[in-house]
Amino acid sequence: MATPTAADAAVGAADASPELAEFRAQTRAWLLANCPPEMRQPMASEDEVCWGGRKFHFHSPAQQLWLQRMAERGWTVPTWPRAYGGAGLSGQQAKVLAQELRALNCRSPLNSFGIWMLGPALLQFGTEAQKLEHLPPIACGEIRWCQGYSEPNAGSDLASLATRAEDRGDHFVVNGQKIWTSYADKADWIFCLVRTDTASKHNGISFVLFDMASPGVRTQPIALISGASPFCETFFDDVRVDKRNLVGGLNKGWDVAKVLLGHERAMIGSIGDRAAAKPLGQQAAAAIGLDAQGRLADPLLRAQIAEFECDEAAFRAMMERAGDLSRGKQAHPGLPSMLKYYGAELNKRRWELLMAVYGADALEWDSDRSRHGDRARTWLRTKANSIEGGTSEVQLNIVAKRILELPGV
Amino acid sequence: MALMLTDEQTQLRDSVRDFLSEQSPVAALRQLRDSADASGFSRPLWARFAEMGYCGMLVPEAHGGLGLGHVEAGVVMEQIGRQLCASPLLASGIVASTALKLAGSAAQQAAWLPRLAAAQAIATLAVDERAKHRPQALATSARAEGSGWVLDGAKTLVLDGHVADLFIVAAALPSGATGLFLLPAGTRGLAVERTVMVDAHNAARLQLQAVQLGADALLGKPEAGAATLDATLAAGRCAAAAELLGLADEVFARTLDYIKQRRQFGKLIGEFQGLQHRAAVLYADLEISRAALLQAQQALDADLHTAAASTKAAVAVAKARAGRTATTAVQEGVQMHGGMGMTDAFDIGFFMKRARVLQELWGDSHFHADAFATHQGY
Repeated sequence: MATPTAADAAVGAADASPELAEFRAQTRAWLLANCPPEMRQPMASEDEVCWGGRKFHFHSPAQQLWLQRMAERGWTVPTWPRAYGGAGLSGQQAKVLAQELRALNCRSPLNSFGIWMLGPALLQFGTEAQKLEHLPPIACGEIRWCQGYSEPNAGSDLASLATRAEDRGDHFVVNGQKIWTSYADKADWIFCLVRTDTASKHNGISFVLFDMASPGVRTQPIALISGASPFCETFFDDVRVDKRNLVGGLNKGWDVAKVLLGHERAMIGSIGDRAAAKPLGQQAAAAIGLDAQGRLADPLLRAQIAEFECDEAAFRAMMERAGDLSRGKQAHPGLPSMLKYYGAELNKRRWELLMAVYGADALEWDSDRSRHGDRARTWLRTKANSIEGGTSEVQLNIVAKRILELPGV
Repeated sequence: MALMLTDEQTQLRDSVRDFLSEQSPVAALRQLRDSADASGFSRPLWARFAEMGYCGMLVPEAHGGLGLGHVEAGVVMEQIGRQLCASPLLASGIVASTALKLAGSAAQQAAWLPRLAAAQAIATLAVDERAKHRPQALATSARAEGSGWVLDGAKTLVLDGHVADLFIVAAALPSGATGLFLLPAGTRGLAVERTVMVDAHNAARLQLQAVQLGADALLGKPEAGAATLDATLAAGRCAAAAELLGLADEVFARTLDYIKQRRQFGKLIGEFQGLQHRAAVLYADLEISRAALLQAQQALDADLHTAAASTKAAVAVAKARAGRTATTAVQEGVQMHGGMGMTDAFDIGFFMKRARVLQELWGDSHFHADAFATHQGY
């Protein structure tokens, strides 16, 4: 069990104000009292992540209790207003909370596309009624969301999407197909881009919300190289969508989509910052052993891991700085693309190195010993990091054009 | 603390930028090189540095300095990097001042810090002895004799050594501990050879043959010498990293300008995705290295004396990343400028040369990645 270190105390000592230092002390005390000990242990596998939703089964009473307590305090979405299930914390307070959660090794109480992606978009573009209807169930993990963006012929060129929504007065009728819909089969609701005008590419797209239990919705998981099926094909056959579930106005969906893609990219980028249960170098030391000088007994791998860990530490600082810049209204709007690019590539590097560290032991696919090939499957899963949410190449295009203002289309 | 410059630090950056771009553009370094200037830097400019407070930035106010921290020092060093300004600031104003501030006796501080802050004297650290930076394995030795010390050995890559009034010499004591000794220029047994470097900046080699020093030449207590050297080097590494990122930023800006103007195949070459993606990757590296540097500087300001493992690790990451990022930036800069980048008439080569020296100084990227791994227990 990790305990707070001198370094963590130094963080506290550097708080900008006595109020913030007091908030840190209270936060730590509350977390120590309320985070179940099991929820401070590293997860054995991705299966132990809490996603919430109507179809979710808690893995343990501790997991359920941890979610309940955090949600009651508004700390699953600390910066959201209280009326929507948040705690109304300032950016600085939220940063302190995140630091304390990390320092105490607390697990995330709730992973959620609703929190990371839809929520921020609704806060910006939603009507008051939409916020009140949808945000609180996201905050407490009651409703799980999926994202209907990509289509078979609209991948990197997302704005060419063709799923149609016909206007029928008080509602739309949606027909078409989405693909790579993450966890569509496990989600309760979908936020979806649909074409409401064929005359204009970007200005003919609308952003709608609907229940995945609606008649005419069908999902089909896609088996991936990892053997898992986190992504689905999703088919819509005359699905009725009430017009009160249109967000951001008719044909204004691309504006919502762009903001939301920024949040998605920040989320995927942050996997580069999500340290493994134990630092890579220490895992390597335990698995491979040290030589007489106390160095990893595989000098070339040691060099690669050292370089990786320097980049990982630097990227963690970058993620912190990006948050600070964003709070200070100094972040370039293209910055999430840079973070997404780097975080995705970093995570792929991490898993290539982990596979090298565990060698033959990481190759078993089916045994209990290998937790059914958990490492190999995760390694393979990471290959999608630089494809989903916009490929690395698309992110570099965005950085080149929007941030560096290089010429061309 | 936020990983951003404060308003005051931003103002400092802007004022240093304006001052240096006017007083010491890259052309000034070219002029120093082409005229084979005897001191290798501009003494009038150095006096202005003192007036502006740069020389005493890290020196406590009681000794005539500004008493600022390593973030501020880095802000100045970045601008120095952007203009490739040759000056003893890194050696004297940052590294030697830090050593004296950390470990100097009241008398040593009173004797030197006000003069360093006022640019009335130049001090420099003499630590390296071989081609590679190995501060834990010193061949230069110090033995007690009578009431004082006798030093023997040789030093290399002593920044501004040919104009220094004071050397802070790292030497191995008979006990195996590291001692730091204040050695004034002109002391019998000390030979100084100026080494003109690839980057047209200044360094020297020292020979020490039975150099006799008084008991008061030792900086701090012998048992704390290694820790003082560590902390002093940490300050130097952060400052060198800041200079590296400053020059890398400048090269990147110049390169972007160039590929937005140069036409080939009927297009601006900046329209080609082959160049766009490389520029975007470099942008990411620069931003991430900047975040790591700011974190290291803030850690030093919070914790220079104890230099906790986390602070050392942050400094190692910052210097490793800055060295690698700047190396990429100058290489891409020369490549993307094409044949122009290879000419001496064009400034870009000056940046490449300076980056090479700063990469090597006080540990290159490999040294610091290795140090990081060692800190992490593998």
